[in-house]
Amino acid sequence: MKKPVQKPILAVGPFHPLQEEMEFFQLTLDGEIVTDIDVRISYNHRGIEKISETLQFDQVPFLVSRVCGICSASHPLAYVQAVEDIVGVQPPERALYVRTIINELERIHSHMLWVGLAGHFIGYDTVFMWAWKYREPVLDLLEEITGNRNNYGNVKVGGCREDIPDELKPKILKQLDGVEKKTEMLTKAVLDDPILHARLKGVGILSKEDAVAYAVTGPTARGSGVAIDVRHDDPYAAYSDLDWNVISQPEGDVFAKAVVRLLEVLDSIKMTKEAVRKLPGGPITIEVKEIPPGEGCGRAEAPRGETFHYVRSDGGNRPVRHKIRAPSFVNVPSFRASCIGQHIADVTITLAAVDPCYSCTERLAVVDSHNNVIHDYETLLRMSREKTARIRKEIGAPELKLEDL
Amino acid sequence: MQQEELKNRLSEVKDKLIGIEETTERRLYLLCEAENAYAVNKFLFEDLSLRFVIVTGIDSDDCFEILYHFSNDESGCVVTIKAFIRDREKPAIESITPFLPGAEWIEREIHDILGIDFINHPNLRRLILADDWPEGVYPLRKEVKK
Repeated sequence: MKKPVQKPILAVGPFHPLQEEMEFFQLTLDGEIVTDIDVRISYNHRGIEKISETLQFDQVPFLVSRVCGICSASHPLAYVQAVEDIVGVQPPERALYVRTIINELERIHSHMLWVGLAGHFIGYDTVFMWAWKYREPVLDLLEEITGNRNNYGNVKVGGCREDIPDELKPKILKQLDGVEKKTEMLTKAVLDDPILHARLKGVGILSKEDAVAYAVTGPTARGSGVAIDVRHDDPYAAYSDLDWNVISQPEGDVFAKAVVRLLEVLDSIKMTKEAVRKLPGGPITIEVKEIPPGEGCGRAEAPRGETFHYVRSDGGNRPVRHKIRAPSFVNVPSFRASCIGQHIADVTITLAAVDPCYSCTERLAVVDSHNNVIHDYETLLRMSREKTARIRKEIGAPELKLEDL
Repeated sequence: MQQEELKNRLSEVKDKLIGIEETTERRLYLLCEAENAYAVNKFLFEDLSLRFVIVTGIDSDDCFEILYHFSNDESGCVVTIKAFIRDREKPAIESITPFLPGAEWIEREIHDILGIDFINHPNLRRLILADDWPEGVYPLRKEVKK
């Protein structure tokens, strides 16, 4: 008797040492087209919401900055804003500016990290090297301001813990000028490159309707024409004082998300420089002694989208409930809409395009019905790169050399 | 939608609510019983086109609270539906995933950590607890030690 034909399953994940969040994808394939996708998460579940209930209000920011290494400014900020919502206090103006500067520097380095990884996934390792090189001075600045390259631990209820010394202002401006020039060059190189247009346009489209139904946020939403940004819609820190724009693109494909992020980096650099120049004098914190009973919501625009924290207090010194929603929690399920119907060679870049704390890679494998591995991660990455090379050849374009720009 | 218009439109679901609290200008809480939560959610998402943010599940002393957070991005207001599940023995509430696919994961998560049954959920498998986690132990319930 013949066995019924089973469709091959493509397993992606769960572990990759480079990225901090583990996810496991099973893609069902028909030939080379993805017909279904199943996701498993929580390989890294640390029970942070439960731990938070055991900590005092002023200890929680240090815990939540460890939710994600890359978003370690936005989580504590969303948390303290939720507590400030309960107490009904407004931190001093200088603290709002310091918060803005740190959060924008975080956005710059996070987006640059993504640009580099995206380049790597499609075989543009020059982009990878350069993006990560330009990212370094931003991390150096963060280290100089807060003492850490990540996990800054700088916000607290009622203000900030550490000030930005005025002597540091010229150095921040000078470093950012350098980063801005390099980013402009990189952005131009990406936006003008015919191979990248051919490789990324029309790939992994998330329609506007799907973006709303899956409630995605951040560049994933803005790349699909949903112009939402917490910094603009529910202004916090000093964003309402600064001159900047919500950047959105209507197409919804991988290219649109790359454009949104690159333009946001340039906007963030401009905004940070403005904030440094405008940095008002005065104290950076006010004392908040007691947290009254009540509930509050705080949200911040992390590099990947809206970070939402809900805190409830019973008047004691610890939260009785602390809910955290990271942006990837709503962005990742949208893969169902963007991956199904796609070519297998486009899966890596489509999954990477929402910039999840994304872990595919070493364990990525195609398994046939007898569980024999027929493609491993290397093969899939090669397929993705080969497609780029094929397009390059068809167009007859020379190798991209940033040095020539 | 501007804030005033939002408040006016809420009168359409007035009979399903047991209270409205406005803690600040940008934070609005709509209180209702569990059996009305589905209709109020559907109204906010489909009729008012608010953006779904997330759901919070809380073990209060005498009941479970399910908080559905929505965002009105035009006015920057977070609108929260606070639904009370009074039955502690067999807590259940109707799932909103059938019309709001973005809620699939969070309802599975709340099912994991609080043991709340989401009626009509298309896929109520485990999401965040480990495969060897014992059945019937819900880590965010008050009786579970910290």
